[in-house]
Amino acid sequence: MTTIGVVVFPGSNCEHDVVEALQSLGAEAVLLWHGDSAVGDLDAVVLPGGFAHGDYLRPGAIARFSPIMASITDFAAAGGPVVGICNGFQVLTEAGLLPGALQKNSGSRFLCAPTELVVASTQSALTCATTAGEVLRLPINHFEGNYTCSAETLAELQGEDRVVLRYVSNPNGSMDDIAGVCSAGRNVVGLMPHPERACDPLLGSDDGRRLLGSLLMAAASRLPA
Amino acid sequence: MGELHRDLGLTDDEAEAIAGLLGRPANDLELAMYAVMWSEHCSYKSSRVHLGRLPFTAPWVLAGFGENAGVVDVGDGIAVALRIESHNHPSAIEPYQGAATGVGGIIRDIFTMGARPIALLDSLHFGPLDNPRNRWVMEGVVSGVSGYGNSVGVPTVGGELSVRPCFTGNPLVNVACVGLMRHERLVLARAEGVGNLAVLLGSSTGRDGIGGVSVLASAEFSDGDEAKRPSVQVGDPFEEKRLIEACLALFDADLVVGIQDLGGAGLCCATSEIAANGGLGMDVDVRTVPLREAGMVPAEIMTSESQERMLAIVEPADLDKVLAVCRRWEVQATVVGTVTTGGRLRILDGPGGEVLADVPAGTLHDDAPRYRRAMQPPADLDARRADDPSGLPAPDDCGAALLDMLADTSWIWTQYDHQLFLNTVEGPGGDAAVLRVKAPGLPATRRAIALTTDSNSRWCALDPRAGTALLVAEGVLNGACAGARPLAVVNCLNFGNPEHPEVMWQFSEAVDGLADTCRAMGLPVVGGNVSLYNSSDGVDIDPTPVIGVLGVIDELTRRPPGAGLHPGGHLLVLGPTPGGLAGSRWAEAAHAHRGGTLPALDVDVHAAVCELVRGLVDDGLVDGLHDVSDGGLGLALAEMAVRAGTGFEVDIPATPEIGGHAGLFSESPSRVVVCVPRSHVVEVTRRAADAGVPVAALGHAGGDRMVVAGLVDVALADATAAWTGSLPARLQLIDT
Repeated sequence: MTTIGVVVFPGSNCEHDVVEALQSLGAEAVLLWHGDSAVGDLDAVVLPGGFAHGDYLRPGAIARFSPIMASITDFAAAGGPVVGICNGFQVLTEAGLLPGALQKNSGSRFLCAPTELVVASTQSALTCATTAGEVLRLPINHFEGNYTCSAETLAELQGEDRVVLRYVSNPNGSMDDIAGVCSAGRNVVGLMPHPERACDPLLGSDDGRRLLGSLLMAAASRLPA
Repeated sequence: MGELHRDLGLTDDEAEAIAGLLGRPANDLELAMYAVMWSEHCSYKSSRVHLGRLPFTAPWVLAGFGENAGVVDVGDGIAVALRIESHNHPSAIEPYQGAATGVGGIIRDIFTMGARPIALLDSLHFGPLDNPRNRWVMEGVVSGVSGYGNSVGVPTVGGELSVRPCFTGNPLVNVACVGLMRHERLVLARAEGVGNLAVLLGSSTGRDGIGGVSVLASAEFSDGDEAKRPSVQVGDPFEEKRLIEACLALFDADLVVGIQDLGGAGLCCATSEIAANGGLGMDVDVRTVPLREAGMVPAEIMTSESQERMLAIVEPADLDKVLAVCRRWEVQATVVGTVTTGGRLRILDGPGGEVLADVPAGTLHDDAPRYRRAMQPPADLDARRADDPSGLPAPDDCGAALLDMLADTSWIWTQYDHQLFLNTVEGPGGDAAVLRVKAPGLPATRRAIALTTDSNSRWCALDPRAGTALLVAEGVLNGACAGARPLAVVNCLNFGNPEHPEVMWQFSEAVDGLADTCRAMGLPVVGGNVSLYNSSDGVDIDPTPVIGVLGVIDELTRRPPGAGLHPGGHLLVLGPTPGGLAGSRWAEAAHAHRGGTLPALDVDVHAAVCELVRGLVDDGLVDGLHDVSDGGLGLALAEMAVRAGTGFEVDIPATPEIGGHAGLFSESPSRVVVCVPRSHVVEVTRRAADAGVPVAALGHAGGDRMVVAGLVDVALADATAAWTGSLPARLQLIDT
């Protein structure tokens, strides 16, 4: 069975939600403590949403120094799938595992609302089982989700097909409507919307299963045959 | 007798009573402790004689009145903890921190009981938004709820907004919190076991919030209140988040004997309450309390309202394990006291040091004065009740009047995380929030809960007794629209200066309205809060009881239909023929008319309507439904239309009693608009007849106009623009 680690920093709050969503897709999910130094024998890692270390200083700025991050960096370098959702995306940019940064929303307000996303690239650990151009309905929940990067980085992301998800209607001022990007190796993905919040029709949408299902596929493809 | 007691907010009689209890004059520290504990906020000294009339018990109540929160059995071994509390005065002075610490405080009340907090609801009341200060207050309060609630990781799933002139200068910020636990996890605020240790968890103690309960919460507002700003506490949601996780981990490991949060009156309240509840005493070494700043004197340390602190009672053998859990969550934990025999709370200066205060712990609570304050109905009561609005001129344009009432509150609640924990089936903006009953460590269940908060200061100004009764009815009906049966009520009673006899009359009437209605409906009142002295510059607010209702849905298999319309659906109104326009929003908005006799609530009829509606929702017979309340049938229909993006064409049948605009704007109770697919109309009508509930056919949903024959003909697009634009326009926001 595919086993996915979900990291808990002090102030994380979406870890149980991500575990629930992954389990509903048939994966095994285990919580990883930020203070531990090894991720152990896992097939993928998710950094969930929340307010790691209270978002003090800057979202992700303190969490990137947690002992677990060195091990996650090694795991990613070895090609392991790593997904950062919302605050997890912010941590990944602070840790240098993904380019760019997340600024305050252009409306200067926190926004918890449904958004429509279009799959811009299927070449990533989070979109490999989706179809290019597919529209997904997922909620966002952030104050700092306004993706920004240098012109060179943007050109690189666009040129290498590393913009993974775009907003249909940009809610936060993100450059190039970017909702999610991936690393050059395509195994590290960060996105501001919350796929785990859209895995049950009772909650309004189950489009998140398309993304987390992709992650399970990417994780399984690393399993020894 | 010196003057210190007066500076601390105690009367001469109260100071004398304290000396009598101690058998000697109290020293300065003791006076400071009694002053905060005997404040209106902590002691309920003006309200307690009335609160005893409320029904507190039911077989499903596991903990109720007098505890930090009510705890109710919802089945399958799962209990719900709930409470509502005000943070009105701090929010008037410092809106962001006032609201933020209100959120923090009510969350602590919930996890103190052993429950994981899973949801918040906020009931917010501001003065008109053409006043820049009112806008500043509202934006600050909403940011405070958002900033603290989101970060601490408890979703805000519902609430309400009202805007009326009486809240200028004294806004109301009431926050309810709900938590989940297994029955056996219930923890009470009791010190047990002589020799057990009192461990202070969380933040260091600073000078913030000193005298919050006495200086701020128990006096009126007037000019120059900026000087009261240091009495407002400052919140740290990250500290609270770690405190929640650490405390829940301590409960899981069975490491605490009892626990009490530190709120109003700080350490003084927590130590005396937990000791007195256990029938024991406590020695507190004031020198061991970790401080934020040097030079704090014992009275400051004992009464500081620094946030994010808890007091746990721990067996000495478990102390190391407790400290280890706290270290993992980076929560400061310090032994500050010991449980003793004899029932005395002693404050010591260092271990075995000088005794700085020595009082019977129970006297700080049980012996607080109880005032039976003078009550008197307003002199113009009969004249106002006789002044029926039926004779007011009809509006020239009912459609325009209706558009003025439409206001989408999503500007507020999109700033709140309302989805965390994957429980929110129906979030803010609907009749009731509907949540799955799910949290780590709980058994799996298909049950769901429905939560509402309702208030109507306009109704209650006209008739606090009947108005409060209508609010309970509204909450129960809102729950029924989600398919829920009611289980329990919580209340936050916001009133003016209790030294004004008319205010105490209003208060007593509201308590009777609440008590009688809850008793008639078989509903226990499991928790509440009283906020008095809500006045500014000598003018009392209109009485504003806020009523929260918890309901349960035994098996949630599909999303409730919600307040929408489906094209082609038949529109029916279920419930009795409407009464008049007394207390209606239209009468006040159009004519500043605040008279008449409120439409009466018939509890039996109401119960039949609720039962009928629950059945229709359970069996999937309706596509959309909405209760008729503030703004009347007209606003109910218009809200359904703009939410769904579907118009309607209806004819409101006139009766001998009521017709024309009155039929559109009457707010009389126990009525629900339902949108029924054609195939189910016969069944719905038959069920209503069987239940003895009148049904009136209104017309159909569909099209791009809102049409009420002879009264309203408005383009849906105009209504939608009015709805979505109303709040941002009033807040003068420039959309970016």
